[in-house]
Amino acid sequence: MGKKKSKEILFDPLFENNPITVQVLGICSALAVTVKLMPAIVMALSVMAVVAFSNVIISLLRKYIPMRVRIIVQLVVIAALVILVDMLLKAFAYDISKQLSVFVGLIITNCIVMGRLEAFAMDNKPWASFLDGIGNGAGYGLILIIVAFIRELFGSGTLFGHKVVPQWFYDHGYMDNAMMLMPAMALITVGIIIWVQRSYMPQLTEKE
Amino acid sequence: MDLINIFIKSIFIDNMIFAFFLGMCSYLAVSKKVKTSIGLGIAVVFVLTITVPLNFLLNKYLLEPGALKWLSPSLADVDLSFLSFIMFIAVIASMVQLVEMVVERFAPALYASLGIFLPLIAVNCAILGGSLFMQQKGFTNVWQSLSFGLGSGIGWMLAIVLLAAIREKISYSNVPAPLRGLGIAFIITGLMAIGFLAFMGIKI
Repeated sequence: MGKKKSKEILFDPLFENNPITVQVLGICSALAVTVKLMPAIVMALSVMAVVAFSNVIISLLRKYIPMRVRIIVQLVVIAALVILVDMLLKAFAYDISKQLSVFVGLIITNCIVMGRLEAFAMDNKPWASFLDGIGNGAGYGLILIIVAFIRELFGSGTLFGHKVVPQWFYDHGYMDNAMMLMPAMALITVGIIIWVQRSYMPQLTEKE
Repeated sequence: MDLINIFIKSIFIDNMIFAFFLGMCSYLAVSKKVKTSIGLGIAVVFVLTITVPLNFLLNKYLLEPGALKWLSPSLADVDLSFLSFIMFIAVIASMVQLVEMVVERFAPALYASLGIFLPLIAVNCAILGGSLFMQQKGFTNVWQSLSFGLGSGIGWMLAIVLLAAIREKISYSNVPAPLRGLGIAFIITGLMAIGFLAFMGIKI
């Protein structure tokens, strides 16, 4: 594999190599926080921070970690960072941290973090790993924000808690689709995003 | 009564996958064949049933605010709950390792079929999620947490086996090319989740 440029490392994961729709990593904890836009953005930023910094730390340590115990070392680094994020959220954004409930803790087992540590940080330099973490975090956040945007707009007619669907619509019989608030619709929305993305990028289509 | 209620609720209503999306990564990756999905499902049930009660005890006697009172009254206002993430994940990782060794020693046949899945489970969100939900729900005794762990595991297994069965059949049908594989799996899961909504509100 040839050396990738910094720009590619940063922007590849946004679309062509998106962690959710292409690498199938880190869907786990994320979708439950996409009912509203605000928690989704906070979640996206938290994951971005954890991926980026754990990538840097593991990349700095990569020559000193014995291969046999690397999983435990990685878990400890990730867990420590997640505790930091959790405490920061509790201190500065208490309401949102309440809404995110256990899902902040679940960043620890978010496959995207472990996946990037294993696939990238273990054999790359810190700066490249940092960019890779930011890129993957952003790619992940992008999907999260799109899903949250769709669900909040159609589910409750609001964005960031402000009414955006005009009253005129409601007067003429428009109704919010409460179905969008159900967990099931998050899955179907992601399915449709994958469909749209793969229609534009046929090289990603899976062969049976 | 209470125990059965928690059990049924964690299988059908608060299903790990359909209500909270926990463990989606392995759920999507290992659901191509029914046989392998049963293997992973059993491993998840196994590990959840062990780690949730264990973490419950740890939480109750070590981490909760005032949990250290049994050690000495002067420790009554110590709150170690900020350590819970790191403790839970350490317990899970070491339990998985232990279970793997025990199974390898005493049930080689089971090990051969579970072997590759066990290490994967340490980083399965459903396992850590089980412990974190246990902490949030504030169970009062260890049997409740046991019933919750077992129920969540069975619910997860049910979901992955169902999806695998559907995916085996769907390979015969004509799915639009961009939707093949991952996309259709997401949409099927969504439809299954809608089906599971029918269980909402069941109480025994």
